[in-house]
Amino acid sequence: MNAIPWINMIVALVLAPLLPGVINRTKARIAGRDGAPLLQLYFDLWKLLRKGAVYSRTTTWVFRAGPLIGLAAVLGALLLTPFGKSGAVLAFDGDLVLFAYWLGLMRFVTVLAALDTGSSFEGMGASREVFFSALAEPAFLLGLLGLARATDAISLSTILPAVTAATWLAMGPALALIAAAWLVILLAENARIPVDDPNTHLELTMIHEVMVLDHGGPDLGLILYGAALKLWVMGALLVSLLTPVRYGVAWQDALVFLGGMLILAVGIGLIEGAMARLRLARVPQLLMGALALVALALMLIMK
Amino acid sequence: MGLETLFIFLVLTSLVLLGSSLLHSSIRVVALQGAALSFLPFLVMESSWAGRAVFLAALTMGLKGIVFPILLNRSLREANLRREMEPLVGYSLSLALGIALLILAFWLAGRLHGIGVGISTLSLASAFFMMFIGLFLIIARRKALTQVLGFLVLENGIYAFGLTVVGHIHWLVELGVLLDVFVAVFIMGIAIDHISREFDHINVDQLDQLKG
Repeated sequence: MNAIPWINMIVALVLAPLLPGVINRTKARIAGRDGAPLLQLYFDLWKLLRKGAVYSRTTTWVFRAGPLIGLAAVLGALLLTPFGKSGAVLAFDGDLVLFAYWLGLMRFVTVLAALDTGSSFEGMGASREVFFSALAEPAFLLGLLGLARATDAISLSTILPAVTAATWLAMGPALALIAAAWLVILLAENARIPVDDPNTHLELTMIHEVMVLDHGGPDLGLILYGAALKLWVMGALLVSLLTPVRYGVAWQDALVFLGGMLILAVGIGLIEGAMARLRLARVPQLLMGALALVALALMLIMK
Repeated sequence: MGLETLFIFLVLTSLVLLGSSLLHSSIRVVALQGAALSFLPFLVMESSWAGRAVFLAALTMGLKGIVFPILLNRSLREANLRREMEPLVGYSLSLALGIALLILAFWLAGRLHGIGVGISTLSLASAFFMMFIGLFLIIARRKALTQVLGFLVLENGIYAFGLTVVGHIHWLVELGVLLDVFVAVFIMGIAIDHISREFDHINVDQLDQLKG
């Protein structure tokens, strides 16, 4: 049994909470502040896990199960996520559909938990989340379909390593369109700035944050860690798509990949520093734009 | 490769038009599209036509990239207008229809693939797509100015189609078409001025209420 994918997965589990730290630090630097420490999320998680939880009497087991199942689902997605150009722990034909549905399951239980609180406020957030992801998910899946078609493979661990410099030369524009659309989806699905503002608690604008308002203590810790992992797995797909080099030596590939993830996090920080949140009515337009990019890429690949 | 990138750029600019509500940025996008289109003669014509390609490119660039935006921006200023309010078809729905039109364009281009040697599906498809988007903008937007933009995109599509499929039309024909478009934009600009001066708006859907 090959140990490298497992080591890679443990590295991912350890490093995932660093991504939000890097994003926030970049954002703070642009704004001329020092910002929170890079390891802030680790501190938060440690603090939250030691706390007790308070549950409202109107909630049921659904509310308590939400964070647990959500974290389990994103761990399932992580098992399928290739670590840059080296394969994932689990790989089989068609695992990309399972990957999309792990993320779907995570969203589903978060929405259920939010609805279970009985608060109209959280219901509003859940409604928005579901609406936006209904637009983001087809774009994500069609992008995967395009890549599968371009590389003649139907497993994440064979598709992404097959995207090399030669593939980029042959169908660069199509791959660039998919990458651009995936970046938009990454920002939308992870509640980053052009779509959602992770810092505000303003009822008119919140999407993701509003759904987890009632969670506290260890539950909130699980949700925060799950969100960091989700950012990691979606970022990993984008970074693997965008790095055309493949050495075939595990530690070199890992270094390239981690460098890519760092650049991605800094890039997200730059986007957040430079842009304002879009008006809520513009968000579907942005996501439809991403879908249009992917459709064009698909047409270019399939023609 | 350059040709492919150019056509993708043309498709993308058409998609941007579907989603943008600010009129002056729409004008800029159409100008960009026209400027990009002016590079097309270099990429599709044989090298023996170099002199003619330069002439045609310069003329296209001058008209579509510089003169039209100036004319349209002036009408925009006169009409005192910033954005397209209440389009007949919303922006998200427009984009969704745009995706459907994109698929239709590629399907149509695939069907027509046998009409010439060395004509790529992508070039046909993007020409069709620009024509569709142009017609769609004319139908789905209220402001007279957006309709002029739609007409320009439609014409860009026809121009791209002509250059890629026929390759070398007589230069008099090309000049004639460009002159027609120039006169059309000029006259429509004047018409927009008159409409906005008379009625304080340029919503064309209310033109049918005119009484003699």
